[in-house]
Amino acid sequence: MKQAILDQLLADRAAKRAVVLVTDLSSGDGLLVYPAEDGSNGLDETLAAALDEAVRADRSTTVETPGGGVFLHVFNPPKRLIVVGAVHIAQPLARMAVLAGYDVTVVDPRGAFASEDRFPGMTVLSDWPDDALNTLAPDARTAVVTLTHDPKLDDPALEVALNSDAFYVGSLGSKKTHAARLERLRQAGFGEDALDRINGPVGLAIGAKSPAEIAVSILAQITERLRTDAT
Amino acid sequence: MSKDLNREATTSEATNHEATTGEDWDNVLEQAARWKAAGKGVALATVVATWGSSPRPVGSQLAVDDAGGFVGSVSGGCIEGAVVQEALETIADGKVRLLDYGVTNSQAWEVGLTCGGKVQVFVERLE
Repeated sequence: MKQAILDQLLADRAAKRAVVLVTDLSSGDGLLVYPAEDGSNGLDETLAAALDEAVRADRSTTVETPGGGVFLHVFNPPKRLIVVGAVHIAQPLARMAVLAGYDVTVVDPRGAFASEDRFPGMTVLSDWPDDALNTLAPDARTAVVTLTHDPKLDDPALEVALNSDAFYVGSLGSKKTHAARLERLRQAGFGEDALDRINGPVGLAIGAKSPAEIAVSILAQITERLRTDAT
Repeated sequence: MSKDLNREATTSEATNHEATTGEDWDNVLEQAARWKAAGKGVALATVVATWGSSPRPVGSQLAVDDAGGFVGSVSGGCIEGAVVQEALETIADGKVRLLDYGVTNSQAWEVGLTCGGKVQVFVERLE
């Protein structure tokens, strides 16, 4: 690999820009392709189609071509987790999610909660949840979790999340709280298919009690949605 | 050039403040760039294909310096020693290498994957 390519790749990764390193496995020649910007960048049709699929599936792969193997190394930006409610559970959840490779944003309009001190190294927004979510624009590589228990904060965030491609939507609250939440969202016009996307009560049932344990159960459920087809 | 393959990866400085992807705990590419900038010979090993049960996904990387120090992983530790040796050859001769490891490999008795899977590893010098 040429050093110039490595340097550019590192810069792209730091800038969270999606890039694919295309390497000819016979010669070692490399090429950087930006799927979101310049499409296939002169690659032949088969390779271009494989590249699109690799980026979409977030999976690097080797493609056999008449000229030998070509490796498509996908460097997608980190997956994202948006946490609404800078509450106690949010602290371990945000830290664990960073370890698992997520770019974490915590949203809470209540200034005292959303302090940078409680979430070192993470993005903390004090916007209203629907404004923040609309700006962050959750996509298929984004998980959204609401933790405030407060319908004024949770519901607007859920409404944006349910209208997005977020691969995971979860909402903290007991069965009773969740039933009431679903009823409010039903009144707001959401159908059962949309409501079924909300994981609530949030997290896998592992008997979690402490904030950190609850964070484990939530992150486990997010992982399950990401890595398996269990929906 | 030392071939002391038992040497642990030595550099952990400056890694705390860099973005990790969650699948790249060692910031392998950043370390490769730092070694290169320090004037060392550097090779990169990348898992380019896997079959069956394999410990690390396609795209996993190992960076090796010319003293045999390394960061990252291409398996659960089963084949790193052998890959580092090939990487040292690559640093020396500049030729890319495509290596197969698995239970069917003739070297399985010494560097096979106990999980029964197969991996293909591409090794290249950082030019």
